[in-house]
Amino acid sequence: MLRRIFGLLLLVALGGLGGCATTGVNPDDPLERYNRAMFNFNDSVDKAIIKPVASGYKAVMPEVARTGVTNFFSNLGDIWVGINNILQGKVGAGVRDFGRFAINTTAGILGLFDVASSAGLEKHNEDFGQTLGRWGMGSGAYVVLPILGPSSVRDAFSLLAVDWHGDPLWYVGNVPTRNELYVVRVVDQRANLLDAGQLAEDAALDHYSYVRSAYLQRRRSLIYDGETPREPDPDRTSKSAPGAELAAQPGGELPPARLVTERGEPVISAADEPLTPAREFSAVRAQSPAAMDPAPAGLGSYAPAIPVNEDAVLAVSSQMRAGIDSAVVRP
Amino acid sequence: MIKLFLALCFSLLATTAGAQDVAPDALVKSISDDVIGIIKQDKDIKAGNRAKINELVDAKVLPHFDFARMTALAMGRNWPKANAAQQKALITEFRALLVHTYSGALSTYKNETIEFKPLRAAAGDTEVTVRTQVKRPGSEAVSIDYGMEKLPAGWKVYDVVVGGVSLVTNYRETFNAEIRDSGVDGLIKSLASKNRSLETQAGTKSK
Repeated sequence: MLRRIFGLLLLVALGGLGGCATTGVNPDDPLERYNRAMFNFNDSVDKAIIKPVASGYKAVMPEVARTGVTNFFSNLGDIWVGINNILQGKVGAGVRDFGRFAINTTAGILGLFDVASSAGLEKHNEDFGQTLGRWGMGSGAYVVLPILGPSSVRDAFSLLAVDWHGDPLWYVGNVPTRNELYVVRVVDQRANLLDAGQLAEDAALDHYSYVRSAYLQRRRSLIYDGETPREPDPDRTSKSAPGAELAAQPGGELPPARLVTERGEPVISAADEPLTPAREFSAVRAQSPAAMDPAPAGLGSYAPAIPVNEDAVLAVSSQMRAGIDSAVVRP
Repeated sequence: MIKLFLALCFSLLATTAGAQDVAPDALVKSISDDVIGIIKQDKDIKAGNRAKINELVDAKVLPHFDFARMTALAMGRNWPKANAAQQKALITEFRALLVHTYSGALSTYKNETIEFKPLRAAAGDTEVTVRTQVKRPGSEAVSIDYGMEKLPAGWKVYDVVVGGVSLVTNYRETFNAEIRDSGVDGLIKSLASKNRSLETQAGTKSK
């Protein structure tokens, strides 16, 4: 039921995409007009319902109990995290995720206590969108989903067509119970984000673009498991004192020596093989003067792995529609 | 109270005096240890007293930040377009906004522990990234990385990257858009009004 509503909302949303012209100047966000509208919609739903409920939940429930709830859902999620780690070739990390599930389900009493973390098995953050990114798929346009919030074409497709099936709650036979569990999980997750949400709102001049930029940077970092290679940033000014020489670096290239030290090092992480994911949206993208002209810059100006032009976006979103169609039709 | 203040002064002297020789990761570690130590003991801070937290941040943290570089980074290619007076105003306003955010983040501190990853740097490097992992029992670790540069006065932080999100470059798109629409002065204006609204907000909250 819940999923059907999401699916329908998404269909309506995507139906609106076709009519959206390129309004923004941000090449990551050709759908900015629609996205802003959906962002505002989500924000009002959050302010009216989800946030008050989450605040109440946080006020009423003792912290120990809330941690237990968070741990419980986190433990269920570890299976899917492990599968995705293995799909990404990180077999060792995947096996450790299964180990976490085994330990926390037994010694941690159905996952209420995260004893595996204390035993040195760290919690990972993986999902199918990250797996696709690791496999070389670019993220496509930034999309704000109804209720679910910031996403991208790739991540939305992954979430709605694939991740649902990796979610153990989906397999709870009793539908009312399952829906209650969904609600508790959403409320618990929102409660955990109350502080962070307030911080972001305080920090942002433009809440929408702050969240968008943070989402794109965050996803990029997650795909690289935190070892994001630093890209040459033509916007970097090395002289910082005001009044000092502040000439922009015309070529946009940092001295080669720095590139070697920044990027040429072996990756030290839990990853079992070197990272070669596709180019994500760059957090600190090169901004050639042409790309920043007030005139529409053309979406391919920074040449990601998948050229983001409207055809591609629409092609993938029709693929998404197909995925959602089948998802909605399924019981 | 006076004791705390004196302690703050002394430890500040200690850190600034030795700052030139201290390795960047050791510097971040000593600052974090100091700040967390104080937060853990101070009841007012624990109760969410923002003025007290701001005091702490002012004394302990800010001297180690290079706000001019941060502002230049967030401004990107627009930085040279601003004249000296505008740059100064931008630094002042952006600094206030970052300090507010930083203090806000500190006020949510619970029982996190900070682990330092080994520093990858050659001997003569003047720019390094200090990588840390903040761990709270029962939740996924959050990485906080500090971009640092060596200045004559010692190592200074010019970027803070939380979970892969740079607090500085995260502003660049907004700044670009603001400057495109209403110029550098427009950006200064909106930063100033943002800071004012945060101040009044904090004022009403503490009452």
